[in-house]
Amino acid sequence: MPASPALEVRGLVKRYDGRAVVDHLDLVARPGAVTAVLGPNGAGKTTTVECCEGLRAPDAGTVRVLGLDPVADARRLRPRVGVMLQDGGLPTGVRALEMLRHVASMYARPRDVAELSARLGLDSFARTTVRRLSGGQRQRLALAAAVVGRPEVVFLDEPSAGMDPQSRRAVWDLVRELRADGVAIVLTTHLMDEAQDLADLVHVVDHGRVIASGTVADLLADGGDAADAPATVLVEATPGLETEPLAKALAALPHAAAQPGGAAKPGSPVPDAGDAPPADTSPWSVVAGADGTYTVTGPVDPRAVEAVAAWLADQGVLARSVTTGRGTGRTLEDVFLDLTGRHLR
Amino acid sequence: MTTTQPGTVHPAEPPASGEDRAAPAWRRIAAQASFETRAILRNGEQLLVTIVLPVLVLVGLVRTSFLDLDTQGWSRVDFVTPGVLALAVMSTAFTSQAIATAFDRRNGVLRLLATTPLGRGGLLAGKVLGVLAVEVVQVVVIAGVALALGWRPALAGLPAVVGVTLLGTAAFTALALLLAGTLRAEGVLAVANLLLVLLLVGGGVLLPAGELAAPLAHLAVLLPSGALGEAMRGALLEGTVPAFSVVVLLGWTAALGWGASKLFRWH
Repeated sequence: MPASPALEVRGLVKRYDGRAVVDHLDLVARPGAVTAVLGPNGAGKTTTVECCEGLRAPDAGTVRVLGLDPVADARRLRPRVGVMLQDGGLPTGVRALEMLRHVASMYARPRDVAELSARLGLDSFARTTVRRLSGGQRQRLALAAAVVGRPEVVFLDEPSAGMDPQSRRAVWDLVRELRADGVAIVLTTHLMDEAQDLADLVHVVDHGRVIASGTVADLLADGGDAADAPATVLVEATPGLETEPLAKALAALPHAAAQPGGAAKPGSPVPDAGDAPPADTSPWSVVAGADGTYTVTGPVDPRAVEAVAAWLADQGVLARSVTTGRGTGRTLEDVFLDLTGRHLR
Repeated sequence: MTTTQPGTVHPAEPPASGEDRAAPAWRRIAAQASFETRAILRNGEQLLVTIVLPVLVLVGLVRTSFLDLDTQGWSRVDFVTPGVLALAVMSTAFTSQAIATAFDRRNGVLRLLATTPLGRGGLLAGKVLGVLAVEVVQVVVIAGVALALGWRPALAGLPAVVGVTLLGTAAFTALALLLAGTLRAEGVLAVANLLLVLLLVGGGVLLPAGELAAPLAHLAVLLPSGALGEAMRGALLEGTVPAFSVVVLLGWTAALGWGASKLFRWH
């Protein structure tokens, strides 16, 4: 049975100077799950989480965190919610660990500061003033401050900004641990890999609205027009292979599109290249990438994979990978760009 | 839309209500006050304006005669020390607090702390207590130096000094928050220092408003700086606080407090 939502936003509207930055936005986050709010800069992500944190009052709509109103019930809610702001919110003149201890002192039973500090690698700069910390160090300290009070809901606004890969690992590990402990984690990000690796549920936000929601798998499967995307075989091998023989071999295959189910007759041999129909009527395309990837698009069936394998064998090349699928190689980034457009903003 | 449900586990210590998960209010506020106090006393520029400047002014006015003072029959140190104490209140409650709050606001510190159990109210309380703690340090240092220079305050006025200090702190902290909550941090840095210098020179703080040039003399008694200076001098020279100064300070506190509460922007 699904747990009741840790966060429920319905019809949220927030205007600045009459302009709606958040425009009838709905989203849900559950305990024990990482919910990513993914969107380009200026999409309204930060404003949305600030409304959830009680830092801004909505102009319309409702926000419920753990069933409470973040503004009206702030006193009851604040001890149960952890926040990491996009700009850190750390005073610059104090030492790193002093700041963490200070935030910990606001809670009755905070996490052990020493343990948390070791966990996130804060010890190496414990006595450095915040002013002199690197971006990644500040982010780790801000995350520590967000979780030191043992929150049930954590809001992380762009947690990986400015982090080196090691910091990012440490942060992601902690986020996964919080999730395993039943904490609801809401993170905003424009980093696709962050959403793809961490999130159980992704809400894609643009122009102040949620334009797609689902698991990463859902979005990859049917986000945008992926359902209509042609089937492909993706080959990772070495650059510079001759693709003409493959194109001819594929063109000579029995026309799979004419046979529902796409199955060629078992045992039918791959016809000679000489019997191939003219290339312009072939349903196949073979595109070579500069990095040694080859994308074969068409009515993919087992015979097609066999033809690809035969082609590789003829060239004496062992591929690193051969993958089949619909829209193979499609990442969350592709879905995201399909949904939000490719123009710069 | 489908969602995965990776478990419906709850945190190890399920809370009956939120509030008992927070530290008690007094402890949160005390922690914030101590945090603010340490931040000010550790910051070189803040120390300069809150401790070094008033002490230099005190020693300079008492030990040198480059300013020809009409001390109205009092010794120089008796005449000048109350004004230096008023200056100290202004430097901490106004200049130092305005700058610190403005940069905390710009850096998101105010917003972050407002999301912790401290909340906005606790943050404000912590700030005010932090200002008062710094003022205690200032009074100890300034009074120590003044006594060493031969200061003889009117002992009857000492209880009134506490009240005057609290009132002056309220008025100037409200002004600090009004500035810090409405202007950019760099703007606050400039305005807070400039205002301190202007009030120091022409605001009736150090010396009685009556010793200023004619138009300023009438204006200065209506300024919070002049009122605070007059009240301090009344308490420490005569042992009584002029009611007019108290009314002026109350008026400024109400007006500035109202303005700060209406106009302060957290973002």
